[in-house]
Amino acid sequence: MRVVEKTQLMSATEIDRTLQRVAHEIVERSGGTAHLALIGVRRRGVPLAQRIALAMRAIDGVDVPVGTLDITLYRDDLSMVAAQPVLQSSEIPFSVDGKDLILVDDVLYTGRTIRAAMNGLFDLGRPRRVRLCVLIDRGHRELPIEAAFIGRTVQTSDMEIIEVRLQEVDQEERVMLVERVP
Amino acid sequence: MIHPETSAAELRIAPEEIVPFRFNDLLAIEPLHADEITFLLDQAKPFQEIQRHPLKKLATLRGKTVGIAFFEASTRTRISFTTAASRLGADAMQLQAEASSLQKGESLLDTVRTLDAMKPDCIVMRHSSSGAADFVARHLEIPVLNAGDGTHEHPTQALLDALTIRDRLGHLDGWNVTIIGDILHSRVARSNIHLLSRFGCRITLCGPPMWVPQELEHLSACGEPVRRVTRVEEALDGADIVIVLRVQQERLHEPKLPLDEYVMRYQLTPERLTLARPGALVLHPGPMIRGLEIDPAVADGPQSCVLEQVTNGLAVRMALLFLLIGHAGEDVSAAKESI
Repeated sequence: MRVVEKTQLMSATEIDRTLQRVAHEIVERSGGTAHLALIGVRRRGVPLAQRIALAMRAIDGVDVPVGTLDITLYRDDLSMVAAQPVLQSSEIPFSVDGKDLILVDDVLYTGRTIRAAMNGLFDLGRPRRVRLCVLIDRGHRELPIEAAFIGRTVQTSDMEIIEVRLQEVDQEERVMLVERVP
Repeated sequence: MIHPETSAAELRIAPEEIVPFRFNDLLAIEPLHADEITFLLDQAKPFQEIQRHPLKKLATLRGKTVGIAFFEASTRTRISFTTAASRLGADAMQLQAEASSLQKGESLLDTVRTLDAMKPDCIVMRHSSSGAADFVARHLEIPVLNAGDGTHEHPTQALLDALTIRDRLGHLDGWNVTIIGDILHSRVARSNIHLLSRFGCRITLCGPPMWVPQELEHLSACGEPVRRVTRVEEALDGADIVIVLRVQQERLHEPKLPLDEYVMRYQLTPERLTLARPGALVLHPGPMIRGLEIDPAVADGPQSCVLEQVTNGLAVRMALLFLLIGHAGEDVSAAKESI
């Protein structure tokens, strides 16, 4: 199987502008930043959460706490394939009890990652509210999960893959639409 | 054969984030490379965090069964493995030697084959004969985890000790390690010597001469041979890490050694510990006999890591169970291809 790049969906500037907008939306619809905390889903949700926190600081002057979550132990597909992902640490240096949490991930697809992330979160305590923020919503949900904050909605086919490439992880900054060619 | 790229694509993650080693069993430390050991210790870290969660139970291995076959008395290792399995959501199937057919004359192989026929996903086993785990692994398809075989190895103990050392001192490389006690009969000592010497640690063994035979000098995996010292004061001089072994009282009769003489010559006391480097770590695999091999003031002192060792034991065993049975296994992908 090969993959070929089809189009660029977002440039570095567009990613930045989108995250600024999303940060504004979160602050506005939360009535400020009190009790708010961001949880980045590994890997690319982590730098996105950090950037949103930075943008929120510019808006409200407050440092919103950021945690990171590795969902490997909560995946539902481990027993389906012969390979195993390397476990990473989750770092959530604050209590989630009573917090207004925003889960941050790069792409919302089947919803299974977010299901896993919620299971992980609830092992840590009882947040007051959990909402989801994604850079790209590409459809094809397999679970009743929707995002409250969306950077961009993209219509995709099953053969297509959305690749979010971020400076912190990939040493480049753009969102690509690629296609699997059998 | 696994194809990392295909599997990574199925999991929608990058190929470099797929476990780079294949562990079919864990029988001994001796054959492991330093990068494999480092990887195992890294994978224990997320499980250390889970011990601090208010809700410690995962569903990761739900539906899996861990066969726990102990043919030798043990409480702490058995509880640790059983708890590790349960915190991962797996069920434990217990076989107790005292209550088993072994006493009725059944062979080891027949016993484990019977256990295997109940379809556990792996077997954790302890046996008083060296090589027993290896023997069973050669006859069973499922992964075998050695929880101690005779005087050979106790790999999970060495891994939890290494994790404890790494947490306290930052790394494993090049420390001076002194092991005190009955080295001859200690599988803990052997696994620790293999593991720590792999990272260039200089090992010094100390105990009554009949418990520290010359052939142990060749166990070191680095250039530096294992040093044997009779006087505990000399052995402790400059030590960064002191591992105190339990005096196995059942073995004291072999060559006659009065207990009070052992206490006088080898007990780790606060005065003797000052001969080691300031802040040197004190480890003990347990069960610890206060007032015999270790002075209570040392056991409860700030340099003692005894309780961290117990907590880390859970994390290491969870990591191993997850690595060995947390995926589908190669046969499934082979079956998929043939469809």
